Amino acid sequence: MTSLNVPAPRSGGCLIEARDVYRSFGHTPALTGASLAVTTGEILAVMGPSGSGKSTLLHCLAGIFTPDKGEVWFDGERLDTLSDTRRTELRRTAFGFVFQFGQLVPELTVTDNIALPLLLGRTGRKAAYARAAGWLPRLGLDGLGARRTGELSGGEAQRVALARAVVAQPKVLFADEPTGSLDTLTGELVMDLLVGVAREEGTTVVLVTHDARVAAYADREVLVRDGKVIDHSDLNVKVGQ
Amino acid sequence: MQPGDASARVYAQCLLSVYARLVTVPLTLLGLLEREPSHGYDLKRDYDAYFGRDKPLPFGQVYATLRRLARDGKVTGGDAEPGAGPDRKRYTITDVGTSEFDAWLGQPIEPEPHLQTVLFSKVVLALMLGRPAETYLDTQRAAHIRRMRELTEIKRTGGLMDALLADHGLFHLEADLRWIDVTSARLSALAELVAAS
Repeated sequence: MTSLNVPAPRSGGCLIEARDVYRSFGHTPALTGASLAVTTGEILAVMGPSGSGKSTLLHCLAGIFTPDKGEVWFDGERLDTLSDTRRTELRRTAFGFVFQFGQLVPELTVTDNIALPLLLGRTGRKAAYARAAGWLPRLGLDGLGARRTGELSGGEAQRVALARAVVAQPKVLFADEPTGSLDTLTGELVMDLLVGVAREEGTTVVLVTHDARVAAYADREVLVRDGKVIDHSDLNVKVGQ
Repeated sequence: MQPGDASARVYAQCLLSVYARLVTVPLTLLGLLEREPSHGYDLKRDYDAYFGRDKPLPFGQVYATLRRLARDGKVTGGDAEPGAGPDRKRYTITDVGTSEFDAWLGQPIEPEPHLQTVLFSKVVLALMLGRPAETYLDTQRAAHIRRMRELTEIKRTGGLMDALLADHGLFHLEADLRWIDVTSARLSALAELVAAS
């Protein structure tokens, strides 16, 4: 498995940003002026109760949803006004995704699933499979390459999902409740690996979670409440009585 | 201050607060002696390895504790053996000591109900006085998560013993955070209740 003791990299400039973003579903507002900036190399946790809008914010940052109002910027480029084709390309080349479940193709093998983003990105088959195989030992998946993902445990499946999310070396890894369906110890293993890989690869991470223990793996956390982002990380919190 | 000094200090603070409630020195030494008769030096070494890595037990405390245990009939010290060192006695637990240790081990720790916590008092007082209770809760949440981040880093970089101690702190902090989240969600109702009373 990957080394878990890589220190957090020095954060760079702003890589991805939401500026006063609004997004509704029908008459139900999900985001009501959400603003958030994520710096290069940062691991950011987006917390909040169910229905607070945190997943909608992630989807807007990742170009999956377009805001009703406001702007989303990625690496100096305005994301929300790009064509669907360009946004799709960015999602394939610059972003990786890990969700709670249901993201693997159960009929395909572990190595097939990991290689998929590379094959879709027109990497040659031989090179794609070689790179995919290289991720197996890093994520403790030795010996499972030929296994169909439908036969894996929840923790194994999430490690495969993580490998698939990072195999194309994305700039940003979006993770939405990546341990939500796992028990405590399995979830910790997945988070250890996710953080370890992100720090080794210099990948920026936007991690949506309602779980404080998961958020504690991040460098910084923000809270989404009533569709807005609340950031207390710059507070000089002095602990008293 | 070196960066390592700060992390070591945080490490010690985090673990001490958990550790102090978990064990007491005399009973722990009795437990180690129940395993096998030992010299003071060996007891200190084993204690530090298992329970005192963030705060090793001073030799003076080891021998003072053993003397008290011997005085109370819980251990016996054999004749001093030849050799250098402060105390060459080999200590053995007595039946009295074994009974006390068994009783301690089998007795659950008093669950702390925390019915009147500082957190609760601050929220009610803030509402009573028209202060921003939500801001207080958010600030407290940030402080809790900051401490959880420190403990998580200890877990990620330490061994199994560190992880278990850090987990104890993390689960307690998590319980507080869940209370903070629920209270935040019920703040309007609580404000009405406080205003009406």
